[in-house]
Amino acid sequence: MKVRQAIRVADSQPSRRDTRLDKYVEQYAARASGFQVSAVRALFAVANRPEVVSLAGGMPNIADLPQFEIGATISKLIAERGAQAMQYGSGQGEIFIREKIVEVMAAEAICANADDVVITCGSQQGLDLVSRIFCDPGDVVLAEAPSYVGALSIFGANQCEVVHVETDELGIVPDAVRQAVTTLRAAGRKVKFCYTIPTFQNPTGSCQSVQRRQELIAVAQEVDLLVLEDNPYGLLGFDREPLVALRAMDSERVIYLGSFSKTFAPGFRVGWVCAPHAVREKLVLLQEAATLCPPVFSQFAIAEYLENFDWRAQIRAFADMYRERRDAMLQALVEHMPPGTTWTHPSGGFYVWLTLPDGLDSQAMLPRAVSARVAYTPGTAFYADERGCENIRLSFCYPTPARIIEGVKRLGEAIRSEQETHAIFRTERTARPGRHGAVINPAPDIN
Amino acid sequence: MATQHNGQIVVLAGGLSHEREVSLRSGRRVAHALRAQGREVIEADVNADLVTLLRSIENPVAFPLLHGGVGEDGGLGQVLELLGVKYVGSSPDSARRSFDKSISAPLVAQAGVTVPKRAVLPQDLFRELGAEQLIAALGEQIGYPMMIKPVRSGSALGASRVDQPEDVPFAMVTAFSYGDLVIVEEFITGREVAVAVIEPDGKAMALPIVEIIPTSGSYDYNARYTAGMTRFVAPAELADHIAARCAQIALTAHQVLGLRHISRADIIIDTEGVPVFIETNSAPGMTETSLVPLAVEAADLDFGELCAQLVDSAANPAA
Repeated sequence: MKVRQAIRVADSQPSRRDTRLDKYVEQYAARASGFQVSAVRALFAVANRPEVVSLAGGMPNIADLPQFEIGATISKLIAERGAQAMQYGSGQGEIFIREKIVEVMAAEAICANADDVVITCGSQQGLDLVSRIFCDPGDVVLAEAPSYVGALSIFGANQCEVVHVETDELGIVPDAVRQAVTTLRAAGRKVKFCYTIPTFQNPTGSCQSVQRRQELIAVAQEVDLLVLEDNPYGLLGFDREPLVALRAMDSERVIYLGSFSKTFAPGFRVGWVCAPHAVREKLVLLQEAATLCPPVFSQFAIAEYLENFDWRAQIRAFADMYRERRDAMLQALVEHMPPGTTWTHPSGGFYVWLTLPDGLDSQAMLPRAVSARVAYTPGTAFYADERGCENIRLSFCYPTPARIIEGVKRLGEAIRSEQETHAIFRTERTARPGRHGAVINPAPDIN
Repeated sequence: MATQHNGQIVVLAGGLSHEREVSLRSGRRVAHALRAQGREVIEADVNADLVTLLRSIENPVAFPLLHGGVGEDGGLGQVLELLGVKYVGSSPDSARRSFDKSISAPLVAQAGVTVPKRAVLPQDLFRELGAEQLIAALGEQIGYPMMIKPVRSGSALGASRVDQPEDVPFAMVTAFSYGDLVIVEEFITGREVAVAVIEPDGKAMALPIVEIIPTSGSYDYNARYTAGMTRFVAPAELADHIAARCAQIALTAHQVLGLRHISRADIIIDTEGVPVFIETNSAPGMTETSLVPLAVEAADLDFGELCAQLVDSAANPAA
């Protein structure tokens, strides 16, 4: 029998295998050193199970899009222009969608030319392209404290050092930007740009006032600093018209990242960069090197959508839906959070930023929450340093209001349970070394 | 040799435990290996559709690959027995015995195997008796360094090495985040090895020993599932008498606990050369970086062939 034969071979000392199960382990670039499996990330595997209320991911709810009509439009597109739509395209992106994007950006007072726009595979790729053309290893990027985890991943992959800048309820503090730039330059460091999400920031939900934006631009001009404005949620305000974008205040100093992922659908993977012309030229060449061209079919499809559907009304419908979910979350937080818990009150976007009662650690508490059938993203994901233990990002974008209420209730129970354990052991929160380095945010397909 | 099972094999993976991700990886690997053997495989999660699925198949054999929770505490096996479904793996009673370290360790120790000093304690006891006093008692009896880990979890999730009393509270909070029971165990310094036991034809045999050498020094979750972070040597470079003792310990644990088809014993060979039994797993991992597939390869066995033999053995238990 095969097994018996094999054991006999084993008994007679077969050749020994000494392996790390990765023959390339010594050959990876330094920038890949953080690409490790993470126990925290693995916990999110349960988040897509129906028993679990996931407040962890950032998936937009696109169930209400007119899918049948969009399907008919795309069928027509294939029938009439399929050979063109499924062909290679321009590295900069197709002119007809760039012209449409200029119309979209006008809603936030951006006056741009279609030539200023470079189409990317989601704004995430735009962020990567910009980082790659500006940053050498060791360069410094300023970012809000806390900041979007996907941006931190890109800066890390490009071997930049992220220095977080103080924020308040209105977002990044301009004086703190000036201070950081001055200090870093005095130390001989190269500060390449300040990355900011001015409107309904991820993860805090904060929104810079017009005055704050003006102050930020004034500081950037004063210290000669490039600003990278990431604006996926700008049109998803609940209570007012869109605010003027930073890009509208200084078109030579601000590179703007836009996206259709939240205002239409993320699966098309179409975003864009609006940049000064010299930067744009480099972006186009790098885009061609990276992908030859951004997804052509998606550009055709989105252009058809913008042309044939009332996309402004759809965005208003999205905002109404998200407002209802935000309201459900805020009300549930009032009802179910223990004393000592605080949270932000976003007026748009997808997220609430919660601060736990003293002593609790959001990353250490996540398994307990998962056992209680609720998932969230620990605040540590949104810092490149050791901060964020006391914070949680709660997403209200995907679950229904009823599920949000249930999820917040479960979270409240998990927090109380964690408090009880801490009380028994009289622990104090301590930053534990080595908690950063691995990716701990949910994957993009997590609810 | 058992008659070949020609019906459908239901590979069960996923579930709601903290180890869902690992389980899914194990399931995909085993399903792929069985399909390569020409077997008909359905991959299924453990959810509300499972009972209906199993009832809709004629004479299925289940291959559970759930780690932690109901996958290893006998719960899933109990359900399969209730449904009359034959399955690869241990009976509910045996799995439960193996999973509960407060039961398994004394049983294995009674068979003459060296085990670490350990205590299994619920959170309620710390609250009722006072954490400070219990921690002091643990320090006196177990000593430092010690391991603190959740009872109902695997893959080193929630496990901490603690070198001094001041670090115990945080380690306790971390472990209790995974469940209401923790195990506090003497830390054994030495070489970490794993011994897989298989029963392809009803008779248990130990596979070649795999030595685990994490490059970071700690065989934590990252080191377990990130290829490249751990060095594996199979068969381990051990003196013959130590290797034989390790194999004997794994077989003893398998037999004393009444395990079936497959198990994996985790052993640390201390600085004196004494193999110390840590635990045995009735549903060991089968991922690309797991230990059992490495042991199977070191035995010059085909992984898919072995999985198929285990299925046949489960389908024809008397064979």
